[in-house]
Amino acid sequence: MPESEALHAEHHLEYPYSRSVGPVIGAFLTGLRDGKLFGVTGAGGTVIVPPTEYDPTTGDDTGEMVEVGPGGVVESWAWVSRPLRKHPMQTPFAWALIRLDGADTAMLHVVDAGGPDKLATGDRVTVKYRPASERIGAMADIEAFVPEGGAGA
Amino acid sequence: MSDETTDAPGPVTMLATPIGLDFDFTPGIAQSKFLRGLEQGKFLGQRCPVCGKVYVPSRGSCPTDGVPTTEDVELANVGTVTTYCVVNVPFAGQSIEIPYICAQILLDGANLSFMGLLQEIPTDQIRMGMRVEAVWVEPDQLTPSLASVRYFRPADEPDADYETYKEYL
Repeated sequence: MPESEALHAEHHLEYPYSRSVGPVIGAFLTGLRDGKLFGVTGAGGTVIVPPTEYDPTTGDDTGEMVEVGPGGVVESWAWVSRPLRKHPMQTPFAWALIRLDGADTAMLHVVDAGGPDKLATGDRVTVKYRPASERIGAMADIEAFVPEGGAGA
Repeated sequence: MSDETTDAPGPVTMLATPIGLDFDFTPGIAQSKFLRGLEQGKFLGQRCPVCGKVYVPSRGSCPTDGVPTTEDVELANVGTVTTYCVVNVPFAGQSIEIPYICAQILLDGANLSFMGLLQEIPTDQIRMGMRVEAVWVEPDQLTPSLASVRYFRPADEPDADYETYKEYL
């Protein structure tokens, strides 16, 4: 049968969840909103970023919030040459595990490097926040990480 | 360290995490006929060639006989309330002012009822067997959607005899 016989329509289904973030993630998100990055101390003085309520190795309560970053090291990355509509960037970018200065764990975020030939494991990057007026206390308050000392070249 | 700060009050306690899916939805060929009928201001159904029942909207086959329904049938603009529910409970995304009546309506000539909004009658006067008619949007507002039917309202007719709709409850 010809396709024109059947109608088509866009249909958007959405569940508008909101979540209670708790005291630890809440403090982390509050930091993002205020333009600061926080981790939390775990067993043996390690610093976990993003912070967790429990140490992942011992299960004990974590300790104090400590400020980390704003720079860090790319531990691993994957280049996205054709971003999808819901990706955090609409131009090609890298998903990267970034170990922030002062942290012992890596955090997933995006690196706006300009091209896959301009990014390497071990590179130093630094945080680029959205303008303060746009920040709401969410991971997207970080627009991206960018190569330290200026992007692209 | 960044010295950017805001004077936003209090710590962040909640995070919006909507989960959305985007579909390109097709109702299929049979229901597309029904929807295109709505665009013309009429109810279109299909008749089973074996048992003769008329389905509206038609799914393109008879669920009893398992054969394609190929004969298109235009149905009346009036029908009978077989059963109903008065909605008094507000819920998220509600677009109709409560209380309102959600009724199963069996159009004249059809052998399948469908759900419709019933208006222009106090909620304590609705009853099974009530005769109702469709109220359509203005002709230039018709679309291939059930939104083309604004609602049903009481038709100026005596109630239908229980025997005429008892098979459709």
